[in-house]
Amino acid sequence: MAGVGKTISEKIFSAASGRDVWAGDLVVAEVNSAMAHDGTALLAIEAFEEMGGTKVWNPSRVALFLDHVAPSSNETFSKVHKRMRRFAFKHGIPLYEVGSGVCHQLMVEEGYVRPGELVVGADSHTCTYGALGAFATGIGSTEMAAVFLSGKLWFKVPETLKIEIEGSLPPFVTPKDVALRVIGEVGADGATYQAVELHGSTIEEMSVEGRLTLCNMAVEMGAKTGIINPDEKTYSYLSQLGLNPGRGLSSDPDAQYAKMLEFDVSSLEPQVACPHAVDNVKPVSEVEGTPVDQVFLGSCTNGRIEDLRLAAKILEGKVVKRGLRMIVTRVYLQALREGLIETFVKAGCAVCNPGCGPCVGAHQGVLAPGEVCLSTSNRNFKGRMGCTDAEIYLASPATAAATAITGRITDPRSVVRA
Amino acid sequence: MKEPNRGKTLPIRGRAWKFGDDVNTDLIIAGKYKLSITDLDELSRHAMEGLIPDFAERFRRGDLIVAGRNFGCGSSREQAPLVLKHLGVGAVIAKSFARIFYRNAINIGLPAAECRNVNRISDGDILEVDLEAGLVRNVTKGESYRITPIHPDLLQILVEGGLINYVKKHGALPWQLRSGR
Ligand code: SF4
Repeated sequence: MAGVGKTISEKIFSAASGRDVWAGDLVVAEVNSAMAHDGTALLAIEAFEEMGGTKVWNPSRVALFLDHVAPSSNETFSKVHKRMRRFAFKHGIPLYEVGSGVCHQLMVEEGYVRPGELVVGADSHTCTYGALGAFATGIGSTEMAAVFLSGKLWFKVPETLKIEIEGSLPPFVTPKDVALRVIGEVGADGATYQAVELHGSTIEEMSVEGRLTLCNMAVEMGAKTGIINPDEKTYSYLSQLGLNPGRGLSSDPDAQYAKMLEFDVSSLEPQVACPHAVDNVKPVSEVEGTPVDQVFLGSCTNGRIEDLRLAAKILEGKVVKRGLRMIVTRVYLQALREGLIETFVKAGCAVCNPGCGPCVGAHQGVLAPGEVCLSTSNRNFKGRMGCTDAEIYLASPATAAATAITGRITDPRSVVRA
Repeated sequence: MKEPNRGKTLPIRGRAWKFGDDVNTDLIIAGKYKLSITDLDELSRHAMEGLIPDFAERFRRGDLIVAGRNFGCGSSREQAPLVLKHLGVGAVIAKSFARIFYRNAINIGLPAAECRNVNRISDGDILEVDLEAGLVRNVTKGESYRITPIHPDLLQILVEGGLINYVKKHGALPWQLRSGR
């Protein structure tokens, strides 16, 4: 294949496996870091011990997170947490306590991910970190045990779906809307086994936080990862976090792609994914007016400072509609300092500690039969928020805030104008 | 509960339970159970509950799951294939799988096979799955369908009952053996 370029994914797998590899090759690769959380770590710990594991390959490259049921809402999970704390202590692994935040945000902020690296997590949304030019993908718990043991894992080097996104986003139309638009087009299994590589002027203009939101949702098209070539924004984002960004890899101009798609988002409307599938996407105008019982702002998709700022801007000086509840789950210093939390509390939101909270239906906002939730998270599967007879709509933080004010699904642009 | 011994050459025979496309991990086992129950006996009582409320009660050990596209999409939770294996699912045959579910199934020793002709299979059909020959025989209809061959390395993990059993038997992970470490 001399003279043929490589995708960023092929380059990362070549580096991680020490061989010159291409899409379709089965490789054993060294991972740079690995993570598991309270929803997946117990099985990994048990499998590790059953496999006879006594030493974790590199404790400083493994991280454990207590975020899914945090603080624990039941004794069973309190025991899971206890077991994880003991395991972390025994092996010298960093453990992020209850209240630290959602694993995927912390993996980035705590420096476990750098451009050009290979990262695995026992969680499907591990693909988020591709926004930094890393190859990051979700694996199961038993495989995580194998990584704990050896620091390696087998992978099939994926083919790549190249998506070009062009145009400047209109005001109050966000990276989340772009993600939903793309998923609506590609479909829930349109990129299965593939890496989704994002290009174009929209991505270049987009903040790293926005890119994280986009890559977070790549798995909702079945993709193995969402990935973006690192640029100056990537490096300065990491430097600002006090991290050494290292040196990244990028796709060659003549790399081979399985397929290419193009989108123009310069006149995109806010998008909404309707029950019960993430690819059931409609422009907000088609669902406007749908009554809503609960709004959730947070999750690994939309719980970053930019998301809170945007929602707070819309909620400033307003109150949440009577009869509706709005839950916000990202309280941290920066948000407090900027006064965003005050805006949310004054508007009548229930502000909870950072964590997965309502996203996964464990606690902090479980729905009742017949209820409707508009959520900024990434999945609207039947039963996802704890009740199989409830409906979940997915949208951006802006649409969420506007909806909280009116009690019905609302185009954020109409609230801001009014 | 002891798992049935799936010898290398033994075809898997059972009755088909037919499902549609995009059966996600929350339907296989909902997050609210996964995050409150760790006991597998108790957890598997809620398997497939989102689609068939009394599935676990009516399911007979050895029955097969047959589904459309993108089976197991969604979360990485290994509890999804685990509850199916625990209930005694002989194999899952689908038009296609979500990748993490597929990897998890192999790693815990639950046979998972891709077959383009699942639309020929009806609920209740008796099937025989021969992983090595790469065939599904529909005993009820007298037909045979090809399944996508499973990579030999993965088939070995599957035949030995998953990655944990593999390590117990060989004393190392497959790639540690190959590199001589
Ligand atoms: S916020 Fe939701 S999607 Fe993200 S890691 Fe937590 S449970 Fe998973």
